[in-house]
Amino acid sequence: MNEKFIYLDHNATTPADLRVIEAMRPYFNELYGNPLSLYKFASKSREAVELAREKVAKLLNAEPNEIIFTSGGTEANNVAIKGVAHANLTAVRQVKKRGNHIITSKIEHPAVLKPCKWLESQGFKVTYISVDKYGVIDLDELRDAITDKTILISIMHANNEVGTIEPIEEISRLAKEHNVYFHTDAVQTVGKTSTNVDELGVDLLSLSGHKFYGPKGVGALYIRRGTKLVPFVHGGGHERNLRAGTHNVPGIVGLGKACEIAELEREEAKKLKRLRDKLYQGIMDKIPEVIFPGHPENRLAGTLSICVKYVEGESMLINLDFEGIAVSSGSACASGSLEPSHVLLAMGIPREVAHSSLRFSLGRDNTDEDIDKVLTVFPNIVKKLRKISPFGKHR
Amino acid sequence: MALEYTDKVIEHFRNPRNVGVIENPDGIGKVTSPICGDIMELYIKVKDNIIVDAKFQTFGCAAAVASSSILTEIIIGKPVKEALKITNKRIVKALGGLPKEKLHCSVLAEDGVKSAIEDYLRKAKRR
Ligand SMILES: Cc1ncc(COP(=O)(O)O)c(C=O)c1O
Ligand code: FES
Repeated sequence: MNEKFIYLDHNATTPADLRVIEAMRPYFNELYGNPLSLYKFASKSREAVELAREKVAKLLNAEPNEIIFTSGGTEANNVAIKGVAHANLTAVRQVKKRGNHIITSKIEHPAVLKPCKWLESQGFKVTYISVDKYGVIDLDELRDAITDKTILISIMHANNEVGTIEPIEEISRLAKEHNVYFHTDAVQTVGKTSTNVDELGVDLLSLSGHKFYGPKGVGALYIRRGTKLVPFVHGGGHERNLRAGTHNVPGIVGLGKACEIAELEREEAKKLKRLRDKLYQGIMDKIPEVIFPGHPENRLAGTLSICVKYVEGESMLINLDFEGIAVSSGSACASGSLEPSHVLLAMGIPREVAHSSLRFSLGRDNTDEDIDKVLTVFPNIVKKLRKISPFGKHR
Repeated sequence: MALEYTDKVIEHFRNPRNVGVIENPDGIGKVTSPICGDIMELYIKVKDNIIVDAKFQTFGCAAAVASSSILTEIIIGKPVKEALKITNKRIVKALGGLPKEKLHCSVLAEDGVKSAIEDYLRKAKRR
C-alpha cells in the first residue's frame, strides 16, 4: 500500500499540536474542578481558563474581558449574529442603532449564511453582497446596501474554499461611518495571518481551535467592549451570561496554547506559500485546461483551489484518496450536497466547471516530497478521468 | 463525506469497462441528471435486435462512472426489449448498493440506456 499518508485538507481541520495535547492533559482528571466552584482546587481550573483567555486576547491584540469561549466557529458566529439581531429587538439599552437589516456576502460559510437565513424567517432583512471573479467583496455594492435600518455587517476574513482575503479594513471604515456593528468570521485566518482586531477595526470576530492545531469543539468570540449582544444559550452565568454551560476546560486550555504557538510560528506562512506555489506551478505545467479560482495575491498562504475542466471533483478526490492523498472538493462542510459550491458560482464560474473543483490546503507538516508526490500522481489521474469524460473527446 | 462505496463500486470506478465511443453507432443516448447536472453518453451497436456492443463516457461522480460501467456489462448481449426494462434498482443491486444520496447517479445510467434505445428505435423505423 501507500508509504505515507499525505494530508492536504488543513482548511477542513488540522491535527492538534503535541504541545497543545500536553497542555490539555492535566485538565481531564487531575485538575478537573469546575471553574465556578469556590474551593481552592477549582481555582486551578479557573486560572487555567483565564490564562487561556489572555493568550487568545494577546493573539488578537484584544483585552481578555473581550473574549468569550464557545464550542467552535459555528457557535461563535451564531452568538455574534443572533446576539446583535436580538439585542436590537429587546429592551437592551445603548445598542448602536435600531433596525432590522443585516448585510453579509454570498460566499460566507454556512455557519454565517444559515443564521442569516433563519433571521430572515424571523422578520429580519438580509442583503447578500456579490463578489468579483477573485471572490473579493464588491465594496460599492456594500456601500449602497447600507441603510438607516442596517444594524450589522458580517463579512468573512478569508474564504475557506478559495482562500481569498477580504478587504476588512475598508469594510470596517464603512461600518463605522454608518454606525453599524461589524462582525468577521476569521475562522480561516486566526493563527495563520495577522488578526489584530484594532487594525481590522471589527466589533466581533469568530475563531475556531481546530483550524490552527488546537482541539476540535472549542472556539471563541471577540466582542469589542461596549458591543451589545443578548445570549441565546441560557443557563448558568458563564462567560458573562453570554454563553451558559460549564467550561470545556481542557479544550479552552488547548485553544490558548494553540494561540501561543501561532505567535511563535509566524514564519510558517512563508513555507506554506512556497509549497503552495510549487504545487500551483507544477499543475500549471503538467495539466492543461485548469483554472485557479481565488485571488492571485490576497489569499491564504496554504490554499490552492483548482477547477480541472471536464473532470468531476469527487472522482478526482477518490482517486487521490487511493494514493493516500487527502483533499476536498469544494467545501467539506457542504459535501453531500449536490449543488456545486455556492462560492465558485458567486465568483461567476459556470456550473459544470464548478463541478470540477478541488481544494488543496497545506499545513505545518507538509513537505516538498508531499508536493512532488501529488505532482507525480495527479496528472495521470486527470488524464485517465478525462478519457472517461464526454467533454474530453477532442483530446 | 466518507466514501461509503461498496468494493464493487470502487472496482468499477477504478477499472471502468467499455469506456469510449462507437463509430457509426445504432443508437446514442445523451442524458443529464436533473438532480446534479452530471452527464452520460452511451453508444450502442445492435444486431438482430440484440445489443452487441456498448460504450460510454460519463462526467460524474464515482457512483455515476460505476453505474455506467456495470450498465454496459448488463446490456451487452441482451435483446433490446429487455434492456429497455432495466431500472436503476437493477443497477444498484448489481453494484451491491449505493449510498442514499447517490441513488440518482444510477438513474442517470437508466436514463442513458433508455435514451440510447429510443434513439435506435427511431432510427430503425426510418430505415
Ligand atoms: C470560514 C469558516 N467558518 C466557520 C467554520 C465552522 O467552524 P467550527 O467547525 O469550529 O464550528 C468553518 C469550518 O468549517 C469555516 O471554514
Ligand atoms: S453526483 Fe452527479 S452523478 Fe453522482
